[in-house]
Amino acid sequence: MTDPAKQKVNTYRDGPDREGHFGIFGGRFVAETLMPLVLEVEKAYEAAKQDKAFVRELAYYLEHYAGRPSPLYFAEGLTRHFGGAKVYFKRDELNHTGAHKINNCIGQVLLARKMKKTRIIAETGAGQHGVATATVCALFGLDCRIYMGEVDMKRQSPNVFRMKLLGAEVVPVTSGSATLKDAMNEALRDWVTNVEDTYYLIGTAAGPHPYPEMVRDFQSVIGGEVRKQIMKAEGRLPDSLVACIGGGSNAIGLFHPFLDDRDIRLIGVEAAGKGIETGEHAASLSAGSPGVLHGNRTYLLQDADGQIQNAHSISAGLDYPGIGPEHAWLHEMDRVEYVAVTDVEALEAFQLCSRIEGIVPALEPSHALAHVAKLAPDLPAEHLLVMNLCGRGDKDIFTVAEALGVTL
Amino acid sequence: MSAGRLAQRFAALAKAGRAGFIPFITAGDPDAATSLAILKGLAGAGADAIELGMPFSDPMADGPTIQASSLRALKAGETLRHTLEMVRAFRKEDAETPLVLMGYYNPIYVYGVAAFLRDALAAGVDGLIVVDLPPEEDGELCLPAIDAGLPFIRLATPTTDDRRLPKVLENAQGFLYYVSITGITGTQAASNAAVAEAVARLRRHTDLPIAVGFGIRSPEQAKNMAGIADAVVVGSAVVQKIEEGVASGRVQADLVDAVLQFVGELAAGVGKASRTSKPRSSREDVA
Repeated sequence: MTDPAKQKVNTYRDGPDREGHFGIFGGRFVAETLMPLVLEVEKAYEAAKQDKAFVRELAYYLEHYAGRPSPLYFAEGLTRHFGGAKVYFKRDELNHTGAHKINNCIGQVLLARKMKKTRIIAETGAGQHGVATATVCALFGLDCRIYMGEVDMKRQSPNVFRMKLLGAEVVPVTSGSATLKDAMNEALRDWVTNVEDTYYLIGTAAGPHPYPEMVRDFQSVIGGEVRKQIMKAEGRLPDSLVACIGGGSNAIGLFHPFLDDRDIRLIGVEAAGKGIETGEHAASLSAGSPGVLHGNRTYLLQDADGQIQNAHSISAGLDYPGIGPEHAWLHEMDRVEYVAVTDVEALEAFQLCSRIEGIVPALEPSHALAHVAKLAPDLPAEHLLVMNLCGRGDKDIFTVAEALGVTL
Repeated sequence: MSAGRLAQRFAALAKAGRAGFIPFITAGDPDAATSLAILKGLAGAGADAIELGMPFSDPMADGPTIQASSLRALKAGETLRHTLEMVRAFRKEDAETPLVLMGYYNPIYVYGVAAFLRDALAAGVDGLIVVDLPPEEDGELCLPAIDAGLPFIRLATPTTDDRRLPKVLENAQGFLYYVSITGITGTQAASNAAVAEAVARLRRHTDLPIAVGFGIRSPEQAKNMAGIADAVVVGSAVVQKIEEGVASGRVQADLVDAVLQFVGELAAGVGKASRTSKPRSSREDVA
C-alpha cells in the first residue's frame, strides 16, 4: 500500500493552496489582531506579482543594487579534492551584504512601500537577514528595528555593529533561549502592537501564509539563474542540488525551479549540532514532529507536551527549532532528501573551502559543503552537483576562532 | 451540560443587572499545589467565571508577566494533561462556576484534538480560547469543539473591522472576548471611550455577552470597564501578585491569600460599576 499522502502529484510547484497549505503544512495560525494585516499582505503580494512595474523595479534592484545574477562557479579545487562529482557553487555569498537574504529583503521592502508602511521590523539569527533588512531600509529611508537574541548578538557582534551603522535599532531579546525563535516571538509582539504603520519582514520561508510562498518566490531567482547558467556551462541540467536549511529560504529558492525535474536529486542539509543523538541540534525534519508555531504548521523540535525545545547549532542562522512548511511537505512527499551534519563536520568544511577554494564560507553553507564532502567522492566524474554557497564567512571568524581554540 | 454553565452564569448576571468578573491565572504557576489552591479560592473571592491558562513555551500574544508565569509553570512540570486534572479537581468542589481554558494551539494539537475535547469536557471545562486560531483555521479545533458541545470563544480586536466581524462571529459561542488594545497582554490600557465605542459596535453585530480584557490592572479600571461590558477579564495584574509572592519568598498560604485578596478587590470594583452603556438583552440566547 502506498501512503496516500505520498501519491504522485502532477506537479510539486503549484502550492500553496488558497488557504496557504502545502499538504497539511502551512496555514495562518496568528492572533486575530494580526489577521486583517496578514490578509492585507496577501492581497498586496497577489497584486504586486501581476504588476509589471513592480516586477521591473524588483529586477532593477536585484541587478544594480544586489549585483545579480550571482556567478555559477566550477569549484575545480574541491572537485579534484573529492575526486568524484563535478562540484559547482552558486555564489550567492557575492551578493551585496554577503548572503542570499538581500533577494527577499528587496522584494518585501518594495512591497511594504507599495502598502504605504513606514516602519519595518525583522527577526534575525546570524544577523545576515538583519543586515540585509537594515541595508534596504537605509536605501529607502524606512525606520528599521531588528530583534535579535542576546546569545546571537554575542556570537555575531560584527553584524550587530553593521546593522547599527546602517541606522537600524537592534533590540536584544532575552526571553526563552535568547536565539532566533525568541527573536521571532518578540517581532510578532511588536507587530501586534504597531499594526498601523509596521510591516513585518520575515527572513525565511516560514510564518503565516503568504510569507512562505512570497519568500520562496523572491528567493527562486537563485534556482532560476542556476538553470540558465548550468545550461550555458554544461549544456544540460544538474544531477543534484545541495543547500543548507535553517528555516530553508536559500534551499527552497534553489530547489523550487527544479522540483518538477524528477530525475534531479535535491538534498537539504540541517544542522545536527552536537549530534542528533545528544538532543542538542536543530534538525527539525530529521528529529522533529509536526506542530504549530509562528503562524504555520510544520516540523518542530518539541517535547511530548507540545512545548517547543531549544535548538542548538554552531551556526546562528540554522539555530531554529522549526522549518518552512513547504520543506515539511516536500519531506513527506519524499521529493527532497533531508540529512543533517554536525558542528564539527561543518567546521571542517569551513576550513577546507577556505584553504582549497580561497572562499571563506559562512557556517550555514559549510553544513551543505560538509554533506557534499560525504557525497561527491562516490559519484562519477560526469555527475553535476550544484551547491548553494549562500553566505560568506566574515561574520563567523570569531565563532570559528573560538571553536578552534584560537584567541584573536 | 457545560455550554449551560457559561450561559446560565451570563443570564444570571444580566438578570442581576451587573457585569461579571473573570480573573485569569496560569495553570501550575508557580507550582501545581499552589495553583490549585488559588483556583479553588477564586469563586469565593468574587470570580463569576475563571480563565485558566494552559502554559506554552512560546506565548507570542503575551507580555512579560504572563510569559514569565508560563515559564514558571512549565519549569515546575506543568503539562496539558495535568491542567485537565486540575480542572477535574476543581470541578469536584464547584459545579457552578464556569471555567474556560485559554492558550495556544500547539499543545492541544500534539495532545490530539479529539482526545483533548473528550478529556476537557469530562474534566468540566466550559469553553476554549485559543489565541492563534483565527476563523481561517476553524476546521482545526473550533468546528470539532462545537460538534463536541464545547463553546469556542472568539477574540475580536480593534483591527477587526465591520467587514471582518461577521467572519469572526460566524462560529462564535459562549461569549465574545474583546481585546481592548492592539498589543500584548498586560501592557497599556485602552481609554473608556474607545472601549465603549467598540463594544457598542460589537453589540450591533451580536447578542453574545461581551467580555473585555487586556490592559485592565486595577479595581478602578475594572469598575470602568464593568460599566461598559458584560464581563471584565483581568490577567497580568493577578498573575503579577503570584510573581510578587514568589519573589518575596512567601509561603504558599500567604501567597494564595495575597492573590485572592487582590481578586476580591477587583471583584468589588466590578460590583460597584454603574451600567452606562445599553446592557445586553437578558434573553437566554447563548445556550
